[in-house]
Amino acid sequence: MSGTGIGQPVRRKEDQRFITGSGRYTDDFQLEGQAYGYFVRSPHAHAKIKSIDSAAALAADGVVAVLAGKDLAADELGGLICGWMVHSKDGSEMKAGAHPALAVDRVRYTGDHVAIVIAETLAQAKDAAELVEVDYETLPSVSDGLKALESGAPQIHDEAQGNLVFDWELGDKAATEAAFASAAHVTKFSLNNNRLVPNAMEPRAAIGAYEPASGDYTLYTTSQNPHVARLVLSAFVQLVPEHKLRVVAPDVGGGFGSKIFIYPEETVCAWAAGKVKRPVKWTAERSESFLADAHGRDHHTDAELALDAEGKILGLRVHTTANLGAYLSTFASSVPTYLYGTLLSGQYNIPNIYVTVDGVYTNTAPVDAYRGAGRPEATYVVERTLDAAAREMKLDPAEIRKRNFISEFPHQTPVIMNYDIGDYPASLQKALELIDYKGFANRKTASESAGKKRGIGFSTYIEACGIAPSAAVGSLGAGVGLWESAEVRVNPTGSVEVLTGAHSHGQGHETTFAQLVSERLGVPIDNVEIIHGDTNSVQFGMGTYGSRSGAVGMSAIDKAIDKVVAKAKKIAAHMMEAAESDIEFADGNFTVAGTDKQLAFPEVSLAAYVGHQFPTDEIEPGLKEGAFYDPTNFTFPAGCHICELEVDPETGATEIVKMVAVDDFGRIINPMIVEGQVHGGIAQGIGQALLEHGIYEPESGQLLTGSFMDYTMPRADDLPHFDVGLTETLCPSNPLGIKGCGEAGAIAAPAAVMNALSDALGVMDIPMPATPHTVWSILQQTN
Amino acid sequence: MTTVSMTVNGKAVSEDVEDRTLLVHYIRDHLRLTGTHVGCDTSQCGACVVHVDGRAVKSCTMLAAQAEGADIKTIEGLADGDTLHPVQAAFKEHHGLQCGFCTPGMIMCAVDMIRRIPNLDEKTIREELEGNLCRCTGYQNIVKAIKAASEEMRA
Repeated sequence: MSGTGIGQPVRRKEDQRFITGSGRYTDDFQLEGQAYGYFVRSPHAHAKIKSIDSAAALAADGVVAVLAGKDLAADELGGLICGWMVHSKDGSEMKAGAHPALAVDRVRYTGDHVAIVIAETLAQAKDAAELVEVDYETLPSVSDGLKALESGAPQIHDEAQGNLVFDWELGDKAATEAAFASAAHVTKFSLNNNRLVPNAMEPRAAIGAYEPASGDYTLYTTSQNPHVARLVLSAFVQLVPEHKLRVVAPDVGGGFGSKIFIYPEETVCAWAAGKVKRPVKWTAERSESFLADAHGRDHHTDAELALDAEGKILGLRVHTTANLGAYLSTFASSVPTYLYGTLLSGQYNIPNIYVTVDGVYTNTAPVDAYRGAGRPEATYVVERTLDAAAREMKLDPAEIRKRNFISEFPHQTPVIMNYDIGDYPASLQKALELIDYKGFANRKTASESAGKKRGIGFSTYIEACGIAPSAAVGSLGAGVGLWESAEVRVNPTGSVEVLTGAHSHGQGHETTFAQLVSERLGVPIDNVEIIHGDTNSVQFGMGTYGSRSGAVGMSAIDKAIDKVVAKAKKIAAHMMEAAESDIEFADGNFTVAGTDKQLAFPEVSLAAYVGHQFPTDEIEPGLKEGAFYDPTNFTFPAGCHICELEVDPETGATEIVKMVAVDDFGRIINPMIVEGQVHGGIAQGIGQALLEHGIYEPESGQLLTGSFMDYTMPRADDLPHFDVGLTETLCPSNPLGIKGCGEAGAIAAPAAVMNALSDALGVMDIPMPATPHTVWSILQQTN
Repeated sequence: MTTVSMTVNGKAVSEDVEDRTLLVHYIRDHLRLTGTHVGCDTSQCGACVVHVDGRAVKSCTMLAAQAEGADIKTIEGLADGDTLHPVQAAFKEHHGLQCGFCTPGMIMCAVDMIRRIPNLDEKTIREELEGNLCRCTGYQNIVKAIKAASEEMRA
């Protein structure tokens, strides 16, 4: 089917409401009788709470209630959880401290949650929050992951002695040591992966509501996975039984991982609504987002690469210290372990890998998944270290990659993953052509004569997406299986509603999912409605993250459509008095093979509901089918990003001249949307490489980059035009051949940019973000 | 409390508001025009851009009282009935939005940009977008949409 089917750049169905101001985000809701919540937060990075006096606040105009950690504890609510168990080398379980939604006797980072003030108006709540007197006894704090492991560092949770949550390993240590012993060349490289603040443009928000008559709670919230929020709030926090809690995630203004997690504020709003018997609304101010949204990355890594004389990789040894922040966020433990160590083989045939990761508590905001989640960190280690090796061995960076590419599939890496398919030379070759690699030397000469330093950098990345096969992730410690569900509901008139457990917060599911239905059922795309984000409408689902909604979410829809078609064929056979095996379905029409008998899809759907003479022992009325799809493997999107840039040695300013991305995402449903995803990912990757940095002041533990005035978000004039291309190998692990495209840019771009910068400066050791000051300082040292 | 009166999307409005009420909060919370968004607290993101007497203004940078007597246009008032403004149509055509949160501010900013500057090129558009943050699109398709709308409106 052309026009609106698979592979077409269909304009987005959801756009009409967004371009006219008719979107409905959480903060846009005003519930009858709603009160406003404002959080009292810790001004200290680490302190004991000696007392909280809320008398003055309670007496202030409009104040409804002031609730603190002891009130939460009195109601016997559970703490927030980390849903992924990681074991240390010695087999012991990770050492997780308690994570109450409101602190009881201790605060552990600046912005930690102390109390909520609820008032008639937001201004009254804010004013009264100033009147809550909290007597703190400040304690020494530590914000750096390496320093937190030093002896004598402040102890943050009693459960994790020395602040070590886990020391995890993966791979064969002895075999890797043997590979290093036989190596002709060993490259050693230390690198940082800077702390990032996700900064979706819509700040987090929540409205809790409670119906006394029924005991029903509703939570409107900015979530990427409302069902998981409901499960955690009912089963673990034990706010209310699952069937008494509805979670609604309406239009959500970007997530990038930061809206996966079950946070204190959302939990407290739902609980507080029951306490004050009226809706309680909270919307983060941006400064609160900086303080209390889960941050991303923050690794220190030492890597060693063993190579033979020809530049073939023999082994990789990696030790990483991962800063996890002050509490373990929902998926925090999985990010620097199973989403990181498992990707350290990159696109390369590396026979031996051994990785150790120390997960560390610090007095900083919790660190969890942010676009790419572990895979950008892995790509950065592999791609930077390989470039360091190429420089040392005087090999062309494209050539050393070609020598090491995996070329036969399936390929079992030494770090769990089994790559199902790919064509890495193809994406490299296409990217080399797009950037005109042959012409680079001339361009470099031209730059030099203009007083500029020009560099080119490669990132041939791989990621594991389509998260995830339930049995596999279960064996690795995930608390839940990561399948997805769908229900395809055909109305009597032939229009179709799809209920999906995936959640769209910018990805365009209302369009791409409808394209699949349109393609398969021959239904006009305007007759397809995608319903998501409300636990009252949709059966259980796992939500959207890890580039999973195409590979997993759409596969579930596809499977449900299979069932719809199978049943519709039965009905059509009955209606046309033919054998079911003779019924064919194509382009929205049922035909009897070898005859001119034909029924359109709406004729069959109408009969499904209004027919009177079904043989009910064979066919039940109705046309509605559900499916749960559990993938058989991760998917492995891969590709090549190349960055070409120019540095002004006078100022240290870096200008990206050209950014090329060639990605293999498997089957593309909507190329326009896929390109948009790549653009956005690259922008975040460039932001990490050159601009963004979450910095805590070492002594005080205050977040120095706590607003858009201090934290450099990429703006339109910071970014180049991106040249995007595609190659395609169809993923064999799901029925649609999809791999996923949401994270590639953020995964690939930092290494490409930093390798280009290293090429320009002739220096490998450059920290991210490479701000003009950083670059200028390095140039002063090297000149 | 202060009484403020202004015209919003062609309609006269008047209401008592607390003195410290920002224009953006008046528009969102009092008038219930929630297409105008709040994305930061430092006047950096531009999600709240509206037109005040025909010029693009971040509505978090002024008090409602300062808009006394002004003619305000928000994203809800941009289309002509069911006919989209060319900038709105271009954002849809060129995929200039993903999550949609920055979009109203981007569109209101772009309409003013096109009004002020003839023959917008890519570099100028990127510079003019300095005051508007988008986390989803990498700006490429926003730039493309504004350029296309500009060319269409000049034609």
